[in-house]
This record gives sequence, C-alpha cells and structure tokens, in this order.
Amino acid sequence: MKLRVRNGRLIDPSQGLDAVTDLFVDNQKIVAIGEAPDGFDGAEEVDATGKWVLPGLVDVAVSLREPGFSQKGSIATEGRAAVSGGVTTLVCPPNTNPIVDTPAVAALIQDKADEAGMANVFPLGALTQGLEGVHLSNMVSLTDAGCIALSNDRYAMADTKVLSRALEYAATHDLLVVFHPDEKSLSEGGCAHEGLLSTMHGLAGIPETAETVALMRDLLLIEKTGVRAHFARLSCAKSVEMVADAKASGLDVTADVAAHNLLLSDDVLNQFDGHYHVLPPLRGENDRLTLIEGIKGGVISAICSDHQPHEKMAKIAPFAATEPGMANVEILLPLVMQLMDEGDLDFSTVLSCLTSGPAACFGLEAGSLAVGSFADFLIFDSTVHWKWTVENRKTKGQNSPYFGEEFIGRVMATFISGQKVYQMA
Amino acid sequence: MMRSDPRALQLNEHGQLKHFLTLDGLDKTILTEILDRADSFLSMGEQSVKKVPLLRGKTVINLFFENSTRTRTTFELAAKRLSADVINLDIATSATSKGESLLDTLKNLEAMQSDMFVVRHSDSGAAHFIAEHCTPNVAIINAGDGRHAHPTQAMLDMLTIRRHKGQFEGLKVAIVGDILHSRVARSELHALTTLGVSEVRLVGPKTLVPAFFENMGATICHDLEAGLKDVDVVVMLRLQKERMEGGLLPSESEFYRLYGLTEETLSWAKPDAIVMHPGPINRGVEISSEVADGDYSVILDQVTNGIAVRMAVMSMAMSGQLQSDETTTAEGE
Repeated sequence: MKLRVRNGRLIDPSQGLDAVTDLFVDNQKIVAIGEAPDGFDGAEEVDATGKWVLPGLVDVAVSLREPGFSQKGSIATEGRAAVSGGVTTLVCPPNTNPIVDTPAVAALIQDKADEAGMANVFPLGALTQGLEGVHLSNMVSLTDAGCIALSNDRYAMADTKVLSRALEYAATHDLLVVFHPDEKSLSEGGCAHEGLLSTMHGLAGIPETAETVALMRDLLLIEKTGVRAHFARLSCAKSVEMVADAKASGLDVTADVAAHNLLLSDDVLNQFDGHYHVLPPLRGENDRLTLIEGIKGGVISAICSDHQPHEKMAKIAPFAATEPGMANVEILLPLVMQLMDEGDLDFSTVLSCLTSGPAACFGLEAGSLAVGSFADFLIFDSTVHWKWTVENRKTKGQNSPYFGEEFIGRVMATFISGQKVYQMA
Repeated sequence: MMRSDPRALQLNEHGQLKHFLTLDGLDKTILTEILDRADSFLSMGEQSVKKVPLLRGKTVINLFFENSTRTRTTFELAAKRLSADVINLDIATSATSKGESLLDTLKNLEAMQSDMFVVRHSDSGAAHFIAEHCTPNVAIINAGDGRHAHPTQAMLDMLTIRRHKGQFEGLKVAIVGDILHSRVARSELHALTTLGVSEVRLVGPKTLVPAFFENMGATICHDLEAGLKDVDVVVMLRLQKERMEGGLLPSESEFYRLYGLTEETLSWAKPDAIVMHPGPINRGVEISSEVADGDYSVILDQVTNGIAVRMAVMSMAMSGQLQSDETTTAEGE
C-alpha cells in the first residue's frame, strides 16, 4: 500500500530534518522525502498542511498490566492509550503476573500486542527468576523469545555476588541489562524524597543515597563485567554527575528519566496528594534542574512516561498507603513540551529524547523518518488547546495529577508501518 | 483531581476552624483564641458541675486506628464535658491496611450521622485524607497522624507553658529525643514559632534529628549541654524501643548517658525551667524519676490542660461547622 503525507512540517532529529515537505510510504516503509519516487502513483493521500509530521515516539517504560492486573489495564487498553499519545514503540517491564521470566510469558505479551494491533511492544525479561534476585533467569531463551533486554525492575538482588554473576552471564551473550539503581535497605519503608517537605510532613524519606549507593556499585560491576547497560529512571542530581563521569571515563552506558521527574519536584507533596506518589520519588528542585541539564548535555538520552496505570482506589488513601505511579503515556509529548516553556530545552532535543534517543539505548530500529525506516509516524497539531480528562482518557488508569489540565498540542493521527492505528475523534 | 491546601481545608469561609488537622498555617490569633478558651474551661473544671451544653445533641466518635488509652480518654472526657454523646471505636489495623478499608469505615460511620470524628491513625496525612473524603458537615479533629501532626498535644503544651511562664516572647525551649518520628515535635515547632518564642532547640543525635528541621525555624543541637543551656522549657520525648532495632541508637543506656534528663543535666537550664513530657514516660531512658516527679515537672498539669484544650478545639470546630452551614444556606437562598 502506498501513502503520501502531503505538505506537513517534517521534524526528525535523527537526520537533522525540519522542513515543510511530503513523505512517501510504500510497503510499510518510508521510501522518499520531498519528491515522489519514480512510478509512485495510486497512493492514498493524507493532508498534513499546518501540522507537524514526527517520528513515532519510543517510550521505554509503559506498564501494560497484562497478564495479571486486569483491574489496572490491559495490552489492548494501554496499547490504545499509547498510540493516542503517538507512541508507536514501547518497552514494558517484567513485573506482570506471572512475571516475564519464561519465554511463554514473553510470547504471550507479544501475541496479544500483535492481536491488539497497537504499538510495537518489546518486553523486558526478568534478570532473575521471579524477580527474586536469587537464581538467574534463562536470559538467552528470553531474548530469543523477543525480550529486548533484562532487568530486575526495582526488586532487590539477594546480594552483590548474584548481581555480579548475572551481569557476567549477560555479558557472555552480549545482552543488554537495565538497572533501576535502588539500595533497598536505604529506600525501604520510604514514600517521598528525604528532604524538607518529607521532614515537615512526617512522610518517611527515601534518601538520595538509596539511588547513588546502588548506582556506584552498578557502575563498578558494569566496568568489571563489560556488560551492556542502561540506567532507568534517574532521579538525583548526583546520579547525573556519576553517569556523566562514567561516560567520560569511557564506560558505554545510557540513561533515561521519567517525564514527571523533569517537570515536578517534591514541593507538590505539600498537599499529601497520593497522585504524586511515584518511585523513584519526586526529588528536590536542584535535582530536577540537574536532570534537565543531563538531557541538554546528552548524559540522559531518553525521556519516558513511566506509565503505571492503577484503578481509582489505589490512590484513595493516605499518601504512604497509596500505590506508586502515574499513567501519563497519552500526554507524553505535550507534557514534555512544557519543558520548552521554561526556555530550557529546544524541540529538537525534546523530540530526540522521545524517538531516536530511546531507540538507540535499546538498539531498536525505530524513532526515525529516514528513508528505509518503517513508516511509524504521527501527525501533531502544535497549536490546539485541549483538556485531558478522566472522561476522554484512553488508559484504563485513573491515576494522574494531570487530569483536568489544559495542554497545547495534540496528536491527531498515528501510523505504524504505514497503517493508521489512531485518529483523533 | 487536585486536592485543596491542607491549611485552607481546616478553615471555613470566615477563617474559623471547622476541622483541626494541623497547626501549620494557623495564625497567632487562632492559637491564642484556643488557649484563652481552654483557660476558661480550666476554671470550670474546678467547679462541682463540670458540664457545658456547647455540644449538646451532637455525636462525637473517637476513631482510633492506633491505640492510645490516655489520649482517647481525655478526648472522651472533653466531649462529655461539652455534653456530647460519645462513642469510642478502637479499630485495630495492621500495617497493610489500605485506604479502601479506611474509606469504607468512614462511609459506614457517616451513615450513623455523627457530627465529629476524633481520629488517630498511623499514616501521616490520614486526618487530612478523612477531612477530604468525609461529608462536609462532619468536623475532623486530628488526634495524631503518623509522624505528621498532633495538634491538640502541642496546644496543651502551649497552654501549660503560658500558665507557668505568662507569655511566649523571649522564651527558649528545648525539645529532646526522637524528633524524627515525633508528631508532637513537629506540631510544637509550628506552635512555638507562631506564638513567638525566641528560640526552639531540637536536641538529639543526627539519626533522630534530621538537619532539614533547621529550615523550619529550629536550632539543632547534638550536645545536650548546649541544647539545655539557659532554656526556660524542656520537652522530653518518649523513646520507643524499636529505635534500637533500626540502627538509630546503640542502646537505651547510651542514650540516657548522652541525652537523659537528670537533676544534673537539668541544672544547665534556667533555675526556674519547667519540664514537660507528652507521656507515657520511660523512667531511666529519657528522664530520671527525680526529675519526672520533681518540682520543675509539670507533666501532670499537661494532662489536666489536655482536657481543657480538647474542649476548646472541639467546641470551636463545631461552631465553625455551624457557621459554615449558615453561610452556605444563606447563599443558597
């Protein structure tokens, strides 16, 4: 099938492209930009005049909640939420029930995702069986079954020896390991950044050292084992410095950050609102600003939604008793674009952290409009003002502090391999 | 989905209390009104007929998710002296108990058409949560939420200080012990700074006194002598045995040696200093028997004052609820 996307503003950081022109798709792939290739006729047309045409977003942290948590979401509901936000490729964590520690679960998730026909889904496999941190998982079988990388999520490893061996084993087979640096003995029981706000309101704190102590240990083990490594959800200023130093000394590691850690700091906890209960926690203002600097300097090359849908009751409790997480995948782009209002980031940097940046972290062929790429793209109206509400949401999740907020810019349509999978109603 | 400001939540449209959740954000005028009203109830307690009809026909439910016989009893007595009907509910909860059951409990109690909930809960912000999710006409009184606040305890301490020292201006106050886990210390800090004392010192080891308290207007002392030097008021906090297990302290004996209040260490304070303790006391852990039972100790006054302060707060919140109702109705017509 042939498709011509006419007269849109094509922006693609992966090839330094920003021009009003046409995009040509044939047989699922992008075949030309600008002039139609020879013999390109009989194509369907999409008029993108006045709109932006962007590479499909790559979100490296979207919990689909399936299998196991149908009250919170499913591959179908969260896949629909993702494409309505322009996300065409996503990585989902292994903490389903059953856990993604067998090829069967990995295959199930991908089959269901294919069936739903929404975003391209790449599961993370569990680094250890049952995420218990004791026995190594069948890592090679898991990656053969489609797992893009291995991770123990935020679950603790039994001890450093098991972690070290898991990394050696992964390195043997050149597998990518995703780290969530969190020293459990320091973070356990905590629900908020250890700082003035948590002290004032008597909320049990999670100190910065819970992240940095684990991060330093992880960096040393990565250096020793030579494993390919990605750091997920950095939240502290010091972590940015540590990863920057490691990169400067030649260690080949990448890192991502959750959108909410770039936009919010712990001063929102003033109201005890459980919607702001996330892990890692919202940190201090200096941490937030340093994370933005980390984006600017290329230390952090991916921004994700860290989408974690919950049923309504999960957040109706005193702060510490609420379940952590926000469900923001469908507002990812306009949400992250709010960072531009602060004059901190330009659109090209923002977009690369939502497309080619995360694709490179995970070695995914995605996030680009280059000729020869799969035709995953979105059409974006950058001027429309709209309100995201519980009523018009696509996710099953009812947990976001952003319901009721007005956003500027909205995804109008999303295409995967040249097929339209979402059209704004 | 945004929640209202906790500080605005407890005041009605005329700026009067309709709940009593925290001292954070309450001004000197309101705190002084509470103390003045409590003073008037105190003199009443000395009469043979101790009841006033301010809460006649009203139902007060003491909703205790955490056990505390002493606090519950003084709340019960306070409500009865205001002529309210009182029901006590001790709801044993495990650490895993979630908001769903809390909300369900709440809805059930609302159906009993009560007028006031006195709430104690182990989660910080729980009183707040209940005030937000309850029907509007029920007054919520915080009887202690997690580590966050214990505003009636702090106000009874303020009453005790005022009755002994006359005023707050110029006073130096030391709060000693486990500040980190103390809702009393947090509420007292708000009250003391609002009422205008000249200095509040928080005394203890770094494991129990986080540096962030300095940003809340306190002076931090890790040395007891420096902490007690020339203070007018010493507040000793109860040290829980669990603190030894979490690696926060080596032993009770070492704590007593470094931070225990004895006749010797108390001599560093002003000669007319008073000693307070929210109770129950651990003799020989944070305070010696000589000091606890000595002339400077006002610990039993605190208990008496507690009833008066709770009467003051309950009557003010109930009247704030009623005033709020009248306004709503008037605007509706």
